Formats: sequence, structure tokens, C-alpha cells
Amino acid sequence: MTQQVISANRLSDGLVVYLVSDDSWSEWISRSEIATDEAAADGLLARAKLAEENRIVVDPYLVQVAEYDGEFRPTKYREFIRATGPSVRPDLSKQNFVRAAKG
Amino acid sequence: MYLYDEIDQSLVDERVVQFRDQVSRRMSGELSEDEFKPLRLMNGVYLQLHAYMLRVAIPYGTLSSEQMRKLAWIAKKYDRGYGHFTTRQNLQYNWPKLEDLPDILAELASVQMHALQTSGNCIRNVTADQYAGVAEDEVADPRVYAEIIRQWSTLHPEFSFLPRKFKIAVTGAQNDRAAAKVHDIGLIVKRNLAGELGFEVIVGGGLGRTPFVGPTICEFLPEQHLLSYLEAVLRVYNMLGRRDNMYKARIKIQVHETGAAEFTRLVEAEWGQIRDSAVDLPAGEKERIASHFVPPRYEISADAEDVLARLKREDAGFARWVDTNVFAHKAEGHAIANISLKPIGGVPGDATSEQMEAVAALADRFSFSEIRVTHEQNLVLPHVRKDNLYALWQTLKSYDLDTPNLGRVSDMIACPGMDYCSLANARSIPVAQAISERFADLDRQHDIGELKLKISGCINACGHHHAGHIGILGVDRKGEEYYQITLGGSGAEDASIGEIVGPAFAYDAVVDAVETLVDKYLAIRADGERFLDTYRRVGKDPFKEALYGAA
Repeated sequence: MTQQVISANRLSDGLVVYLVSDDSWSEWISRSEIATDEAAADGLLARAKLAEENRIVVDPYLVQVAEYDGEFRPTKYREFIRATGPSVRPDLSKQNFVRAAKG
Repeated sequence: MYLYDEIDQSLVDERVVQFRDQVSRRMSGELSEDEFKPLRLMNGVYLQLHAYMLRVAIPYGTLSSEQMRKLAWIAKKYDRGYGHFTTRQNLQYNWPKLEDLPDILAELASVQMHALQTSGNCIRNVTADQYAGVAEDEVADPRVYAEIIRQWSTLHPEFSFLPRKFKIAVTGAQNDRAAAKVHDIGLIVKRNLAGELGFEVIVGGGLGRTPFVGPTICEFLPEQHLLSYLEAVLRVYNMLGRRDNMYKARIKIQVHETGAAEFTRLVEAEWGQIRDSAVDLPAGEKERIASHFVPPRYEISADAEDVLARLKREDAGFARWVDTNVFAHKAEGHAIANISLKPIGGVPGDATSEQMEAVAALADRFSFSEIRVTHEQNLVLPHVRKDNLYALWQTLKSYDLDTPNLGRVSDMIACPGMDYCSLANARSIPVAQAISERFADLDRQHDIGELKLKISGCINACGHHHAGHIGILGVDRKGEEYYQITLGGSGAEDASIGEIVGPAFAYDAVVDAVETLVDKYLAIRADGERFLDTYRRVGKDPFKEALYGAA
């Protein structure tokens, strides 16, 4: 069964974000709402399109994920890099960056 | 350096105001993304893999220390503390916020900079030889012409919606450091037998998915006709270029399909209509612009050569840096100092705010506050007195800017690749880093000699892989990163397009493949041969056999 989440870039700062079940957007893919069938995926996309109309995000789309060691990760490497940050700058990886910004 | 007049300044200031309004209308919903996207692109703002990206124009790669300091400050205040110098002599910020971009553009405008025409189907930022005005092998300073072209092409109404983007490079030297033959138009400044200045005009070169070395369509264009001739070329392209297919829309396809002779005829016919019109520069204007590029007042130090020779004897590390990164200057007692942005294992072309500030300070101390950016993603201090090189090098060392690898295997061009770019199919930077680490031993790099290795993460070839002595192209094979190797390319005066050597290599096999190629070259090279020379002498087969075994 295909599992999908919604990703987009936030309009105001351009950062990669994921749709959460309460219709907020998170920089953490781990907080995404996961659709497990096509009907659910269509539902996610419709909610994301609404957020696009409301100028929260730009170009939302479905990203395929799969479970690895208990975590959901994108199946495509490009999406993995979007979720975690440039592979060549571990100091700027999403986890590090958010932690640093919070002090 | 060229300084803005009121017209230049008001143009960039007005653009900031206009863009501020456009951003605010996007945020308020008055503009949709579809409406806004072309507007932001006209100001160099892309939406990339992780965030917005701002591409700042550095016309013909010339920067003042004040401008460099501003770039450093913007990286620190609005971005994540670094910037990326590109193969088009520009600077890219990887993480600016849309809501900050109007302020960033205002900061840039305050030091006579902007991001105009760094995107879109227009005439892009004009590039030039990074040693312009100081090279020993130079006929004339290409910056003067590059600045003339900059002014003519900025917001040129007829050429703002071309079939595709358009890149012009200018060099005034025998050794082509500007890759003139692989640009949409390459201009090489020459003198005719009468001693008059003019240009060899090369049209329809390019890399990307269909690479060509451009043919020369005019052996000697008298300099006073520069703009009318460029205008004629652009008009022919604008009329007949393929707007129906973006992959066939560059001028190189048109020149190739039409044939160079017929294309030249079309240009000459168009030029005949406009060559004595007001398009060309009025008398005195070239001199006015050239007056911005007069050489600084060099101070001659009587013992500069002796001091340098002594310090080289005393410090082998310094001697190596001088021998590799320092080039001959046309003024007595001076030198051109290259600052490598390719530390072993580093990200090619990246510089931190601190490094940018350090370079600005060094330019103030040692180089008349002038800095150049090279298309090979390094920096240059163009006017260093020879007896100041040691102090310069010592400071560079403390900022990890002293790698003595110019033109060596670890001085690679690499595009941002899939670590940053939405278009990429594979990563480039980690491949560059791994190759750099494999060849970390500088003695070995110096034994190998000049080797131009260039890496692109997709067929668009921002990493100039076709022009690499060894080129590496990242491709996607069913979700896996693979790398195709080409050999024998060059972007210099002996320009050529590399040939694919054989089947692509997996990510973890590509460094070994490069080492195999280098070892093969070392085993078979003749005295004084560079990798490229050996390749041209023996052809592909010995290298192919080394990589894949006998057929």
C-alpha cells in the first residue's frame, strides 16, 4: 500500500514544510499526516490546495513515504534531502538548524 | 571600477521599490504564484529545493571590497552565513526569506549591486576574463566592453523576452579564461594589422543538453560597431529562434541548424540595416567608460622581487602557493593572487561571511580594494605587490583560503546538484568532496599537473562537465545516482566537447574511476603533457580499457 504525505514550500520563507493533521504545516516530516489510500491522498491534497489559496504554502504535492526502522521517510532521495537538508551540510540539517535557532 | 551614475542608481532603486510592492501584493493575495513567479525571477529570486534562492549579479566578476563586505553582511544577517560563487561569476544565497528579499535588494542597491537579469530569457550578466586589466597576455581590457554591453543589455526592451536565456563572455587575452567559445556569444578582443581594436565574434557555443563549440562568424569586428553587430545577432535570433521547443530554443541550435555561413549572412544583412545608426556608442562614450578602468597607481618597491625570492626559499609552503596560485601581472613588481575556494573536502565555490570579510579586508590592504570572481568559482586579488604576497598568504591560511591547487584536480567546478537544486538528478558536491579527499596529497596533485575536472548534477551542465578534461555528469537510474564520465573537453582557447568514455558509474564507484583515469594518464604521458594533451594524443581507448577492461 502506498503511503503519502503532503509537502510544499512555505510562502513567507520558502522552507520545506509538511501538512499536519490539524491543518498546520510543520518543517518536520515526522509530524505529517499520512494518507494510506488514494481517497485519503486526494483529501490531503484538497486541504493543501486550500492552504495554497490562503497563501500559506506554494506548490503542494504528494510525496511517497515508507517505513524504515520505525520512521517514515521519503522513498525518493531528492525528497529525503528536502526533508533533512543538504547532505553536505550536516551542520545545517533541519534538526540541527531548528535546535540552534531555538537556542 | 565602474561607478554607477544617476541613471544606473535610480534604475536599481526603482526596481527595489517595485519589487517591494510586488512581494507585498503576493503576501496579501493580490498576486497568485503564477503571476508572481515571473516577477520574482526578473529579480533573481528562484524557489529551489529547500528554500528561495537569490542570484546576485556580479558584472564581469568584478567586486569592490565594500561590495564584498555587503555580500558577507547579507549572508550573515539574512541567510545562513555563507554564499555560493557560481560559474557565471555570480553569488547565490541559498536560504533568503521572501519577506526579507526587498530589504536584501535594497542593501545590494546601496552598494551598486542588483539581481537583475540573473534569470529569465534575457541577456544575462555578462562575464569576462578574471584577469582583465592586469593579464600579461592581454590585448585590451575586456571590462570596458563588458560594461558597455551591460549598459546596453540592461532592460533592453527588444531583448527582454528572447526565445531562451542568452550569455555573453568577453576576453581580451590570448589564453581564454572566460570560456568564450562555449557561450551564446563569445567576444575575443584583437588588434588588426593596422593596430586597431576589434573583436573576433563567436556565436552559438554552449553546454547544456546539446553542447557546441561556437563557430566564428566574424574574424574582426571594428570595436566601434560592437553594439550594432550584437544587436544584429540578437535580432536574427529573436526572429528565428525556436520558441516552440525550449530544448531547441538556444541560439546554438539555430546556428547549428541554419549553418554558420547562412547564419552569418542573415546577421550581415541585418547589420547592414543598422550599422551606421544610433545603436553604436556615440564618440567619447567608450573613453568615458574606459576612464573607470584605468590602472591603479602602482607603487614600485625596488626589492620586491628579492623579498619574494627570499621568502619562497625560506618557506616551502609559501613557495608552493606562489608557484600554483599566483600569476604574472603586467605591472612591474606586482602579481595576481588567486584565492582558492576549493579547500580539500570543501564545497566548491562556497565562502562563509567571515571568509568574505577577510577577503575584503585583504583587498583593502593589498589590492586597491578590488576583487574578482572567476567562472571556475574562485576569487582573485588582482593587484598584489610581490613583497606583500607573504603577508597575504599568512592571513589566507588562517581562513582556510590558502589551498595551493589552482588548475589542479581538486580545483573542480561543481554545480550545487541535488543538495540544493530542484533541477538536479544527482548530487555533485559530495562527489567533488570525495575526489578532492582522494587526491588530498598536494605533491600528487602537482605531479599530475593541470587537470580540469568539472561536475554537473544534471544535463543542464551548470558544472560545465562537457568542457572538463574529465567531466562528470550525474544521472538518475531508477532512483539511484549514476555518473557518466566524459573525457577531452576544454573551455579554453583550445575548446572541445568531451566524449563519453563508457557506461556510467554508481555513486560509490565514481572516485575510483577518476583515480583509474589519472593513473592511466600518469603511466602513459609524454614529457610535459597535461592530461588533456595525452588524451588528445592517444584517444579514448587506453582510458576506456583502464576503466572497463579490454573489449
